[in-house]
Amino acid sequence: KRRLVCSLMLLVLMLADFCFGVILQTHSGSVWRVTWAHPEFGQVLASCSFDRTAAVWEEIVGESNDKLRGQSHWVKRTTLVDSRTSVTDVKFAPKHMGLMLATCSADGVVRIYEAPDVMNLSQWSLQHEISCKLSCSCISWNPSSSRAHSPMIAVGSDDNSPNILAKVQIYEYNENTRKYAKAEALMTVTDPVHDIAFAPNLGRSFHILAVATKDVRIFTLKPLRKELTTSGGLTKFEIHIVAQFDNHNSQVWRVSWNITGTVLASSGDDGCVRLWKANYMDNWKCTGILKGNGSPVNGSSQQGIFNASLGSANTSLQNSLNGSSASRYFFPPLDSPRAGSRWSSHAQLLPPPPLIEHSCDADTANLQYPHPRRRCVSRPLNLLPENEGV
Amino acid sequence: MEELDAEPPLMVVPGADPTARQLCFAWGPAEVLVCETLFGRRGAGEGGPSSSRVFVVRKDQDIYIQTLRKLFNESHGIFIGLQRSEEELAGKSRRAQLVQVSKNYRSVIRACMEDMHQAAVSTRDPALHSQYSTQVSILSAMELIWNLCEILFVEAAAAGPLLLRLLDWVRLHVCDVDNMVREVLSSENPSKHELFWNAVDVFVLQGRMDEARHLLAKEASANPTSVNMYKILDDLMKKMPVPSLGNTQTLTEMELKWQHWHEECQRYLQDGTFASNSHMESICKILLGDEDAILEKKELMTTWYQFLVTRLLYSHPTVKPMELRFYAQSSMDLFLGGESSPEPLDTILMAAFEFEMHQVIKECSIALSNWWFVAHLTDLLDHCKLLQSHNLYFGSNMREFLLLEYASGLFSHHSLWQLGVDYFDHCPEYGRVYLELHIERIPLNTEQKALKVLRICEQRQMHEQVRSICKIMAMKALRNNRLGSALSWSIRAKDAAFATLISDRFLKDYCERGCFSDLDLIDNLGPSMLLSDRLTFLGKYREFHRLYGEKRFSEAAKLLLMLMTAHIAPCSFWMTLLTDALPLLEQKEVIFSAEQTYELMRCLEDLTAGKSDKQKFQDDDVETMKVEMLRLALARNLARVIVKEGTLEGS
Repeated sequence: KRRLVCSLMLLVLMLADFCFGVILQTHSGSVWRVTWAHPEFGQVLASCSFDRTAAVWEEIVGESNDKLRGQSHWVKRTTLVDSRTSVTDVKFAPKHMGLMLATCSADGVVRIYEAPDVMNLSQWSLQHEISCKLSCSCISWNPSSSRAHSPMIAVGSDDNSPNILAKVQIYEYNENTRKYAKAEALMTVTDPVHDIAFAPNLGRSFHILAVATKDVRIFTLKPLRKELTTSGGLTKFEIHIVAQFDNHNSQVWRVSWNITGTVLASSGDDGCVRLWKANYMDNWKCTGILKGNGSPVNGSSQQGIFNASLGSANTSLQNSLNGSSASRYFFPPLDSPRAGSRWSSHAQLLPPPPLIEHSCDADTANLQYPHPRRRCVSRPLNLLPENEGV
Repeated sequence: MEELDAEPPLMVVPGADPTARQLCFAWGPAEVLVCETLFGRRGAGEGGPSSSRVFVVRKDQDIYIQTLRKLFNESHGIFIGLQRSEEELAGKSRRAQLVQVSKNYRSVIRACMEDMHQAAVSTRDPALHSQYSTQVSILSAMELIWNLCEILFVEAAAAGPLLLRLLDWVRLHVCDVDNMVREVLSSENPSKHELFWNAVDVFVLQGRMDEARHLLAKEASANPTSVNMYKILDDLMKKMPVPSLGNTQTLTEMELKWQHWHEECQRYLQDGTFASNSHMESICKILLGDEDAILEKKELMTTWYQFLVTRLLYSHPTVKPMELRFYAQSSMDLFLGGESSPEPLDTILMAAFEFEMHQVIKECSIALSNWWFVAHLTDLLDHCKLLQSHNLYFGSNMREFLLLEYASGLFSHHSLWQLGVDYFDHCPEYGRVYLELHIERIPLNTEQKALKVLRICEQRQMHEQVRSICKIMAMKALRNNRLGSALSWSIRAKDAAFATLISDRFLKDYCERGCFSDLDLIDNLGPSMLLSDRLTFLGKYREFHRLYGEKRFSEAAKLLLMLMTAHIAPCSFWMTLLTDALPLLEQKEVIFSAEQTYELMRCLEDLTAGKSDKQKFQDDDVETMKVEMLRLALARNLARVIVKEGTLEGS
């Protein structure tokens, strides 16, 4: 009967659409992905499109004597035209590698470009071409900047012909040959993969990779020590699957980590965004779902930043608060059975999702405030008396 | 493994239709941007987003509540104090110190509660009022739980004092009866007030004997006929033994005294001394710890935990901590009587009475909407060395896990993030990495803020972050054509390539406009000039201009020549340098020596010889004229200097 009220707050923002406008006008097909470069390189975007190109964009601040003084506009700095098929993903390399860009395309080629002069974004040289044999749908750089890890890139394939080839491959840069070579393939993933994401490393000895296929999967890749590896200088990995969720009940299209790699968000054909989080014992749980309600938002203005939906979201929150005010105390009941529920037996620390329920009944007064006898509370950091009233 | 599988909270995104379209998203530092999209459609132009609405979904919304700022700010100070406090204090003094810290935390909660209460009272907006009231009740629940944890875990009160602490706890948090009592006392004739006996009962139930006796005395003076009965009850209440806080009596002594007193009460009850007054008879039954008599006053106790404490007071005053769980469970069962099921607050308090610390923390983190409470409580318990002893495997990890969550939340706030830094500092395992990841994403919208972030990174020797911040700021300044600022940031970042680039921009600007901007900076480069060749040249070239301006011509000439012969100046700039030499060559007195003039001539010939004939043809007339002028000036200077030097030698 009583619902847990989510503490996630909804604000509705309108993004100015001029930047989308510019890009869509110049690509002649759907734009699959857009990605930002690190701000060290300025305001730089890369996009990739069905029209077989990838493009690099830069925001330009108007010259001081210009009419557009102080205003900015986006300029296409380069178009990368090496692919002969749709370019399905584009990602900037971790910033410690310099200004580098990887693209992958439907014909199964991963290309790595570099801008030798970071101030000249119109000059990109094709450094590597990796043939993956399978139609590529997504790539992810390993963000680890540790010297112990060579540059590494994971490639996912959405090839849906009936075969049992591994749909996730991991390529590693070899210092000796100066080439990228296949280090590993996730043999267990044989369904089409739509997205792939390495988590921030946090100095761990292993890497975490999330895969979006018909479900959400999280793998850990632990590099084996060099002397144990066999094939010339390439790292071998010990691969474990640590979580697998089919809650979307359908294809999963996107996976992405928050900045510390503690929460994974995934989006699927069920129209939901789900948030996954590990507790401190590394048990993964769904900790939140974002879902549309299908009803059009009323009374929204096109320009307003905070529009009417903010109000409506709050109202529904309020209703669910007041609708269940039969409770004596201040917390909503937990649906979980209490018996045997001990920390050790199921030790997950979910983030605190529910907004605490408030009830306005007369008998809630047991925690009523203020207590008139406690003088000392009127100022902060006052000491509580040792034993008052005894 | 038994898992708690509560349905995760659902957040509704207004407008998006889950049957027709999917949601795409992007992460921010603490929030998710969500908008509608269509995934998996191959081909061109088909089905773009249906609306341009972008939703921002935020977690940790408590961070943004203005009135809770005080809680975050002041508890931060206590937290830091606790981390710094020396653990060398052994035994009792350490315990007292920790109890003090716990009390400080509670004062902050209370102060915050009071502010929130004031805000709730003073607002006229009903929505705001209910929001504030909700916060007040959350804060008071937090304080209630914290206080119990303080008694049971931090102070770890022993049998005897334990009961006194629990009585304090109940009195502090059950305060609605005070309103009733005040009403009774302020009436003209308290003993005739309809709630008079309720007030007396409340005092007795809470063990506030003196106040109960005070009230009874009023009633006694109004009823001279039964004054004897009142006197006996008063006497019983006065004599009731209470556990002492100090070591003045042993538990056995206390138990003996109590036994004796109990028998005395029993005697009076059986005598029928109070038979004529049902109120007084029920009070006597309560004194005897009669559960039914106490339960009759259910309305006056309002909660099962007050019932528990009253019951302990009158039947087991020397209860031991480990026995609490039994009494707590049965008290709750008796009090709720199967009518209602326990709610989260009950569950949390029960877990505390059962000394299940991890369960308390877990339940709190599920029930509360912020990480503040669990993070600080867990940290305190960890300092009490309680978590390790309970579970060696993950004790300290849980503290860090919760602190990291709390601090990450702080980092999403535009000004509270600075508090987060200190919390990360005290997380030994991942604190540093979290700080690195978060601080890189602090928006550097002003130079002042960038300097603040920079200082934090410098203090912690986070070289990569320092470099990155400077680089970002330099890039920003350059994009806005603030060359001076860009140069000083790149010097700070020790970014040679970027410094070269900016120096080139300076020189280019000079060539175009004939003057330098940001003279202050360039004049005071000092040793940082050596960061890049081009920067060195820029500094030296500016020095030449200064010498020239100060009419120290021979020094200026020497420097100018050195810039070329030592290859400090880029070749592309030599023509400009030679042109700069023209006025020196044309001065009345001779400045360049013969040797220097030869050097200059060599430079000029090197420059022109480097260009192919084809290029020469393309050069415009101005350039050719310049070269011709230079040759002429050099030749004339050479002539003058030979004459001059010859004269000097001759004389």
